[in-house]
Amino acid sequence: MKTFPIGGVHPSENKLSSAKPIEVLPLPEVVNIPLGQHIGAPAVAKVAKGDKVLTGQLIAEAGSFMSANIHSPISGTVTAVGPVVNAQGLRQPMITIQREGDEWVEGIDRSTTLVKECKLEAKDIIAKIKDAGIVGMGGATFPTHVKLSVPPGKKAEVLIINGVECEPYLTSDHRTMLERGEELVVGVTILMKAIGVDKAVIGIENNKPDAIENLRKIASAYTGIEVMPLMVKYPQGGEKQLIAAVTGRQVPPPPALPIDVGAVVCNASTTVAVYEAVQKNKPLIERVVTVTGKKVKNPRNLLTRMGTPISTLLEAAGGLPEDAGKVINGGPMMGRAMVNLDSPVTKGCSGITVMCGSDAERKMPSQCIKCGKCVNACPMGLEPYWLAKMSQKKKWDEIEGEMITSCIECGCCQSSCPAYLPLLDWVRLGKQTVMGRIRARMATQKK
Amino acid sequence: MANKLIIAPAPHVQTEQSTSCIMRDVLIALLPALAVSTWVFGVDVLFVTAVSVISCVLFEFLIQKFFVKGPLSVNNLSAAVTGLLLAFNLPSSIPWWIVVIGAFVAIAIAKMTFGGLGKNPFNPALVGRVFLLLAYPVQMTSFPAVEGCDALSGATMLAAVKQGVVGVDSLGVGDLLLGTMPGSMGEVSALALLLGFVYLLFRRVITWHVPVTVLGTMALFAFVVALTNGGGALLWELPLFHILAGGAMLGAIFMATDYSSSPMTIRGGVIFAVGIGVITMLIRLWGAYPEGMSFAILIMNSCVPLINKYVKPKRFGVK
Repeated sequence: MKTFPIGGVHPSENKLSSAKPIEVLPLPEVVNIPLGQHIGAPAVAKVAKGDKVLTGQLIAEAGSFMSANIHSPISGTVTAVGPVVNAQGLRQPMITIQREGDEWVEGIDRSTTLVKECKLEAKDIIAKIKDAGIVGMGGATFPTHVKLSVPPGKKAEVLIINGVECEPYLTSDHRTMLERGEELVVGVTILMKAIGVDKAVIGIENNKPDAIENLRKIASAYTGIEVMPLMVKYPQGGEKQLIAAVTGRQVPPPPALPIDVGAVVCNASTTVAVYEAVQKNKPLIERVVTVTGKKVKNPRNLLTRMGTPISTLLEAAGGLPEDAGKVINGGPMMGRAMVNLDSPVTKGCSGITVMCGSDAERKMPSQCIKCGKCVNACPMGLEPYWLAKMSQKKKWDEIEGEMITSCIECGCCQSSCPAYLPLLDWVRLGKQTVMGRIRARMATQKK
Repeated sequence: MANKLIIAPAPHVQTEQSTSCIMRDVLIALLPALAVSTWVFGVDVLFVTAVSVISCVLFEFLIQKFFVKGPLSVNNLSAAVTGLLLAFNLPSSIPWWIVVIGAFVAIAIAKMTFGGLGKNPFNPALVGRVFLLLAYPVQMTSFPAVEGCDALSGATMLAAVKQGVVGVDSLGVGDLLLGTMPGSMGEVSALALLLGFVYLLFRRVITWHVPVTVLGTMALFAFVVALTNGGGALLWELPLFHILAGGAMLGAIFMATDYSSSPMTIRGGVIFAVGIGVITMLIRLWGAYPEGMSFAILIMNSCVPLINKYVKPKRFGVK
């Protein structure tokens, strides 16, 4: 069975909610929609206080090519457009909407009928995906239309669907692959058409045999779509790791992109969103969110409208446990700890993980024992212990030479450190500084 | 929300395998060898071991308490590991005060002078052993006779073979594996040490690369030497003899894999291990000492900073 070539770790899977079917969360009364919930420029608000909006109506327009549209997830009245405290406790521009009923924009097909045929041309498909405001739903929130727009001179050879879901705890992609397999596979055919390839591979770790079987059965009716089981190893869902696992090709260090090895990768849930956008005219206004944690009473997978407060989801899962110490937007390997539980669900929010008691606390760091575990764990072949040490000493040239910009911030190094050193904290700091220096250098070169 | 939430950057999971957990596993992995040694040499073994472990822990505690800033970390069991390994490198008949001196050299000079755990460039237990070998050569090379091994009368197999007293085939493979022969306390039983090796691999404390490469290099070297000496039964007897006799197993499995004095990468580890194998065989076959494992490891320890600087892991996406 295939996997990526270098490093990787095996954190406890803790997929508590993998057997729980997707349930629809009741509509929220008030939603907050951040204008920047994707990589790239924030969207520009197209509504003002007092405006009436319908479900699915465009409320903010992509700020540039590298940006994404945002649609209203509910119908009602815009009560504010301005700064609201986000999950990290910072003020961020958001559109606040008070719900009144649930009235949808005309033209959105809300039926569950499967529409297989797509007669659109590639550029029209991409335009529809752009209109629908679709971004990578695995957490990276990279605008999908940008990914699909293959730059001139480059050629896509294979489409890879990311059904790996290697983050511990999270199950939203798993449930989507089980329950919405038909739509997913139609989505795959649409994406294949969009980038002009006749081959697609759906990569799924073999801890999800039911999803593999389900998609294999469905995909057998189509040509060119292969379901590939992969060995369980974190971070296989990382774009570069997945491409290496599936094709054996390694994307060169930045600024190279997956397209340089002929691959375009799209997450499984995003693929279903693509199906809905192209075949049903439905913009990205809802997503499946896993609410989970060892002490969460009722871990679930909830189909949630964007903008719903996280606290509402936690209530639906049985409330915040007594000794909850950390609430993570995402999974425990790469997710972000939240301060404000009233902050909204966004396009990249695949799960809410609650850590309790001592699980929530970092262990006391001691000295580096030079065991080399971080080096062996790093899937990019870097030396985290050295990068961390040199970042601490501000040796920016040294760490740039040691390829710190290749770091994907997967957390393998820090999670496997027996001395509990905050390796990634330092590496992240070093990486950001080095990237800033590179940008500054390029700017002066241009002048 | 009444809860106070903790904010920290990802990752939010940390391994259960802490430093002290690793050290405890090394101690456990050394227990079979300790048991066999006690069976072969008697209770003296336990006495020497106790003196060595207690002195090492005590020296580390005193130095941390009175000479070094920062929190006490003597409870991470690393000093106990050094103590046990030092004892394993001594004859069971050694006077207790020599053990204490060895422990002092190992901990105070080879480890704490450089900043303690993770910063020592040389394996502390081996520095202790080599110091004693040079300072007290008589006590360090007189081994109690072992029943059923009368031909050797207190010399190690390596020494007896080197002096031409006996041939490499004088002891059966069974004796070499089990350890019923004179030698340092912990080195005699290859089988017990291999059991510890399997445990360390199972617990993911070390990888197989360094031990297997050290022993493989030695075997290959011996094979080539046997080939130039006419071949025959020597072709398998000589390699087998060299990896089973003396400190080869103990050195390859427990000494060459010491974290802070070995390279950080697997590639580097392999280079390091080949060096150890070659130097050991050179000393064993043509040097002044019958055994060269300790010297070989210490010599290669000194190359580790260089190896770490020039031997990088295979970077993702770089051809």
